[in-house]
Amino acid sequence: MSERKHVLSVLVENKPGVLCRVAGLISRRGFNIESLSVGPTEDPTMSRMTAVVQADDVAFEQITKQLHKLISVYKISDLTNDAAIERQLVLFKVSAAPERRSEIIEIANIFRAKIVDVGKNSLTIEATGDDEKIKGLEDLFRAYGIKEIVRTGKIALSRNAKE
Amino acid sequence: MTNDTDQATRDQSREATRDQRPKRTAASVGACRGLGSKTAKQGKTMTGAQAIIASLEAEGVDTVFGYPGGQAIKIYDALYDSTQIHHVLARHEQGAVHMADGYARSTGRPGVVIVTSGPGATNTVTGIATACMDSVPLVIVTGQVPRGAIGTDAFQESDIVGITMPVVKHSFLLQSTDELTATFREAFHIAVTGRPGPVLIDVPSDLAGSQMVFEYPDEVNLPSYKPTYKGNAKQIRAAVNRIAQASRPVFYVGGGAVISDATDELIALSEQLQIPVVTTLMGKGAFPASHPLYFGPVGMHGAKYSNLALTESDLIICCGARFSDRVTGKLSAFAPHAEVIHIDIDPAEIGKVREAQIPIVGDLKGVLMGMLELVEKGEGKPDTKIWLEDLSNWRDRFPLYHPNVGDNEASIVPELVLQELSDQLDPENSIVVTEVGQHQMWAAQFIQREHARTFLSSGGLGTMGFGFPASIGAAIANPGKQVVCVAGDGSIQMNSQEMATAAVNGVPLKLMILDNRCLGMVHQWQKLFYGERYSSTLLESNPDFVKLADAYSWQAERVVDPAQVPAAISRMLAAEGPYLLDVVIDRDQNVYPMVAAGAALGDLFGAIDVAVGAVRTDVPGAASADAPAREASSPCATLDAQFGGRWEINPEDKEARTGVKVNGRWVSAEAAQAAALADAEALLAADAASVADAAGVANAAGVANAAAAEAQSADTAEEE
Repeated sequence: MSERKHVLSVLVENKPGVLCRVAGLISRRGFNIESLSVGPTEDPTMSRMTAVVQADDVAFEQITKQLHKLISVYKISDLTNDAAIERQLVLFKVSAAPERRSEIIEIANIFRAKIVDVGKNSLTIEATGDDEKIKGLEDLFRAYGIKEIVRTGKIALSRNAKE
Repeated sequence: MTNDTDQATRDQSREATRDQRPKRTAASVGACRGLGSKTAKQGKTMTGAQAIIASLEAEGVDTVFGYPGGQAIKIYDALYDSTQIHHVLARHEQGAVHMADGYARSTGRPGVVIVTSGPGATNTVTGIATACMDSVPLVIVTGQVPRGAIGTDAFQESDIVGITMPVVKHSFLLQSTDELTATFREAFHIAVTGRPGPVLIDVPSDLAGSQMVFEYPDEVNLPSYKPTYKGNAKQIRAAVNRIAQASRPVFYVGGGAVISDATDELIALSEQLQIPVVTTLMGKGAFPASHPLYFGPVGMHGAKYSNLALTESDLIICCGARFSDRVTGKLSAFAPHAEVIHIDIDPAEIGKVREAQIPIVGDLKGVLMGMLELVEKGEGKPDTKIWLEDLSNWRDRFPLYHPNVGDNEASIVPELVLQELSDQLDPENSIVVTEVGQHQMWAAQFIQREHARTFLSSGGLGTMGFGFPASIGAAIANPGKQVVCVAGDGSIQMNSQEMATAAVNGVPLKLMILDNRCLGMVHQWQKLFYGERYSSTLLESNPDFVKLADAYSWQAERVVDPAQVPAAISRMLAAEGPYLLDVVIDRDQNVYPMVAAGAALGDLFGAIDVAVGAVRTDVPGAASADAPAREASSPCATLDAQFGGRWEINPEDKEARTGVKVNGRWVSAEAAQAAALADAEALLAADAASVADAAGVANAAGVANAAAAEAQSADTAEEE
């Protein structure tokens, strides 16, 4: 059975220690969390976690079942196969000599990314999107020299059609 | 033995109770056992500490085990006024948790522990992990430094919620007195419902000191916690239909049957369908040992006939068991012909280890009742006549013990000691608790149990030091019952300080030590698989247990002569107060039969086969064709070759063996090639060299090795 990426959306109690319980359980059962993001939902007593884990189907089923056992977990959705919207936000600090700035801005515009800071020899660009878009942008910027990258975890939401 | 009339009355009373009992649901199981909101303290103003004690009282708690300390002093002060709660002062926090565990296992009610912060709290970890692995309901209240001091490395501060997170069912760090009573109600509800487990409540000491109004709730508000009790009717019907098609079905019964109190349903269903029953260590007692359909304990040291029942089965009906690696052995070879109906209240257990063709999530008792109703309505039944005959034949052919097996007659044989103990105990009115090790396996094999909750043992975690304190807890919870702890000389020394607890509380506990002056189970492995290199397993400087008992004002006796054993056991059982019996046994007695970890379940060695005489078959080191010879130079190498270096614990076991079997022993593929080359060379050189030399070069000729092994064991014997 082959391992692949799974996107898990976990609705949990908004209480201290819950992140630790969820993350601890996933790692304790021998899985690596590739990305994790947490934030409160429309209901302030609940938080939504989006976790990306690499696992085969049997192991993934085991993770979800084990997570369900946590008292703090309300609901788990597997957004891997569903029609889901995935986004992450990335900040790039790209080397940009004054004469090459316009090229970089052009690229950013094509990708609907924003220039959020301009330095003497660098540009900081904010981009959101799915994996593919971010990867594409990263590859293009690499030609100019990326000084730093910082990214959020992936967040995901199922599409309306499902409801 | 029961006659027909007895049997009929038993059936009737069983049916009557079945109709009377309320259906098990999360609400009924988790309901408050005490007065709840009707307690006289409702609405009164009190301190947080007093509210904690009032909460325990509202939950109907009669006994608390614990140990005081700085951050628990307010709780202990409040406890001083309680007339309802009897506090048992342990001599170590670990002992307190095991006592509460023994209390819970023997009654089904949650065990309660109060300890202080820091070391008091960290000392509970092993006890909590033990309870978690065996699904035992506990509520552990730990003192904590005041909220303002948390995170400052204050004196006796430990992040006990963080430390225990992987081994609790749930935990709470109390943040305000407003949530105190609701937290206790939730903790008790969570501990006993669904798959039970330990729940920890960490109480900062400033909260214990603040004033609050005591309002105890009767209900819980846990929208995210809804364990499934009612089994899916479609699945239950599918299971009954599938069973009707089976020719070699078997009930594989685990601790879930004890927790769910499903004994009556199991008996009725197995009788109706004529299906044999085997139990795990945790399931022991859930099905009466005297029942003709009972076919013994399964697993690493299970009976050969029991293991064959699983291996040869075509349908395993798993009732609250979890296919633990101690039961399945090599997973890919486990029950190769069987489909699985898996009934468990914990959905995560289903499909975790073994795929289930018919999964049923729900409370075992209810599910079996549903199956029983369908069967009684006349759904098809399997024809198991031949299967039961086979099993009975195997049971006769592979007994767990045979008097002519050739054990040293001058020393006490542990199997016979436990048989004697089992015979002398009243199964209706006794509880046997074990420590962990060889004695535990012998007890599991030879102590006959008729009722659930009368055999307590640490199964999942295998905690040495569990049994003795647990037996104190069980004895306190069951004052009318004869409680016997079977221990080893290693295990008892892990928590022997609790002899003081038993003495002070006048607990009439019987402690029987099978004393082989070594850590028997590891010793056995070293003997069988590590070339008799007894690394750190010989307990030469054991204390004199009789004198030790005397120091704690216990009665005690040592028995060395086999002929004196029955009388000594009688004296022990007849004694009024706590009594220690030190039974001196042979150091070299192994627990048989045995499935080497990583071997297939049906592939046991050391089973007695009366078809070839009263001898143990396939014992390594003995001169038998199939016995794996001992590797003198590197004892681990053989095992590593056999199990690919994963022999110790291997729940995954998804790959095939990488080794090759040569002359009946497992070696790595490379070693086999090298040996073949060496053999060829040896043949060429046979003219010139002597045969003995060639055997030495070829490094593995079984005969030479066996001879060397014999010589070695003779040496060891002389040293002793």
